[in-house]
Amino acid sequence: MTDVFKEDQVLDCSGMLCPMPVVKATKAIKTLEIGQVLKMIATDPGAPPDMEAWSRQTGNELLRSTQEDGKFVFFIRRMK
Amino acid sequence: MSTSDPNAPKKLALIASKGTLDWAYPPFILASAAGAMGWEVGIFFTFYGLTLLKPKLTAAVTPMGNPAMPMKMPFGPDGFQSINWPIPQLVMANVPGFNALATSLMKQTFENKGVASIEEMRQVCVEMDVRLIGCQMTMDVFGFKREDFIKECEIGGAATFLEFASDADVQLFV
Repeated sequence: MTDVFKEDQVLDCSGMLCPMPVVKATKAIKTLEIGQVLKMIATDPGAPPDMEAWSRQTGNELLRSTQEDGKFVFFIRRMK
Repeated sequence: MSTSDPNAPKKLALIASKGTLDWAYPPFILASAAGAMGWEVGIFFTFYGLTLLKPKLTAAVTPMGNPAMPMKMPFGPDGFQSINWPIPQLVMANVPGFNALATSLMKQTFENKGVASIEEMRQVCVEMDVRLIGCQMTMDVFGFKREDFIKECEIGGAATFLEFASDADVQLFV
């Protein structure tokens, strides 16, 4: 049973290549309150490892990283 | 490490020494990605890299002397787009307008694939407070003036960059 996260905002980075998904994620997460969740969608195959590195570097929590219908979906909680 | 403070952001120091379209990308990509991760970033634009600080970017690419550059078309069916055209360097060197053609094909390919333009990438760097340092010596050598460059950049010399880079966690020459 996978945890279900309720997002507070959705960010669609479909079609974008490096480094725009992480740039957009940074901009979007700053508009959220601490504790809120961002759902991000990307098609760049480099996004899964990059979003893991991004979350380690920024301290925001990557709650879930999955692949659905050829798209990568991330749930990220703003931690600080 | 950047400082004794464990909470201090990591620091990236880059030297951008090339002004062609292909080599304009790496410093701006790395700088904007590092900025997005909360790092402190500075780029020193020197020699041909200095032209990347002009308001209007005219960076071009040449296949001459670039034997590894794929020569592919950004349009047509997939099979056609995947062809790597075996164009001899001598032909590239002698056909007028070949560089302009290669430049427009590369720009089109990048746009089709979802790569941001250099202008967009540079703007992201500005928004992320990346320090853009233009090389004073290069300005003197090539006869540039302060007003030839974007207002968001600063002008400095080797000492300015080295002081910034001295406690950087990552330093790269591009």
